[in-house]
Amino acid sequence: MTEPAAEQDPKPDVNALHNVPDATPVDLEAAFRDSHVQEVLDKLDRELIGLKPVKTRIREIAALLLVDRLRKGLGLTSGAPSLHMCFTGNPGTGKTTVALRMAEILHRLGYIRRAEVVSVTRDDLVGQYIGHTAPKTKEVLKKAMGGVLFIDEAYYLYKPENERDYGAESIEILLQVMENNRDDLVVILAGYKDRMDKFFQSNPGMSSRIAHHIDFPDYGPGELLSIAKLMLEEQQYRFSPEAEQAFADYIVKRMKMPHFANARSARNALDRARLRQANRLFAKPGAKLTKKDLVTIEPEDILASRVFSDGVPDTEEKV
Amino acid sequence: MMTNPGNKVTQGQFSFLPDLTDAQITAQIKYALNNNWAIGIEYTDDPHPRNTYWEMYGNPMFDLKDPAGILMEINSCRKTFPNHYIRVTAFDSTRGVESPTMSYIVNRPKVEPGFGLVRQEAEGRNIRYTVHSYATDKPEGERYGK
Repeated sequence: MTEPAAEQDPKPDVNALHNVPDATPVDLEAAFRDSHVQEVLDKLDRELIGLKPVKTRIREIAALLLVDRLRKGLGLTSGAPSLHMCFTGNPGTGKTTVALRMAEILHRLGYIRRAEVVSVTRDDLVGQYIGHTAPKTKEVLKKAMGGVLFIDEAYYLYKPENERDYGAESIEILLQVMENNRDDLVVILAGYKDRMDKFFQSNPGMSSRIAHHIDFPDYGPGELLSIAKLMLEEQQYRFSPEAEQAFADYIVKRMKMPHFANARSARNALDRARLRQANRLFAKPGAKLTKKDLVTIEPEDILASRVFSDGVPDTEEKV
Repeated sequence: MMTNPGNKVTQGQFSFLPDLTDAQITAQIKYALNNNWAIGIEYTDDPHPRNTYWEMYGNPMFDLKDPAGILMEINSCRKTFPNHYIRVTAFDSTRGVESPTMSYIVNRPKVEPGFGLVRQEAEGRNIRYTVHSYATDKPEGERYGK
């Protein structure tokens, strides 16, 4: 994909900074068109709602890529930027989803060789006995080379209370690879903000190697409604106009209640709505059902929620 | 020896060329991975041409898709055995083939003493010839110095 362009570029010249005249023109628009970066950004805009800081950061990385290309065209050297990232945010804000997308995006931008993510947690990196951790971590790193290593709940790697914990060994190996194999591997950590902050405080080495700290803000009610409609579309359902209004009310009420998990709560609410829709269709004996009935969520499917009747979330235990 | 100064052991692919650089090794590994061949790393200090079965370093890497991980293994093997012969083999497991398809040496000891001809007198003044590596005069592990 990027190979043909590289063959035409002159070899990097150590003295290009001085030899190439400053007034040499560069064509930014042509490079932008040829790299198909706009496609990547448009796809991101369409499929992920909200997430403004993430999209801004990706746009910035894409701009860096373009400038790199132009510099290579003049024979200037371009060092590989550090792309390690840390995603923090509340539950259900899209950290894992974006990390899985990030591999595809970075591959399209030409920063990594394979668009594949190896997703691990503490269990896959830390061993159970002495000498078990290093080979385990090295195997995972070997498998992830050329792509993205996504470490979910990264703070569990380091348990300061227990001095015999082998997580520290795994962190050492990770730090070494993150520094030395920067152009072979991108590491993405993810977790809740307060715990990740504590993790970085106790591991300053890790914090300094992470170039991009991205916080995922909570979704607003409008965004959650759009996400819900996108989810329904994927499952080939749709809201009736009254149901859409009812769901908008549901979101506003549910957000004020405890244990709200953003997009995940919306997904669970939709699943419950589908359950109620199925039961409603069943409860109408002798009615002539059409395809429209099968694909439409009606307002009563949403208004039956305990959020409206009792003022508590549906998942709360019935007393 | 005028035709082979340095007594370089010429076993496997590319053995008549100068030593492969890391970039060239990466390119060869990528070729093997593109063909879905499993890569294995082996080492030995007995250079006899009939020594076909070398010691394996770790397990064959069936599931790795990227050369960088395999190069990491090669470099750690070089660090563990700096004075042994290390080679990389690629194995094709398609049905009907099931045999190694590539094999090239990536590391050599600094000084290779070479081979001598051994003549053995058999019955009726027949002479049987074989090749003997000077390195194997010393025990395993001490053959190429520290």
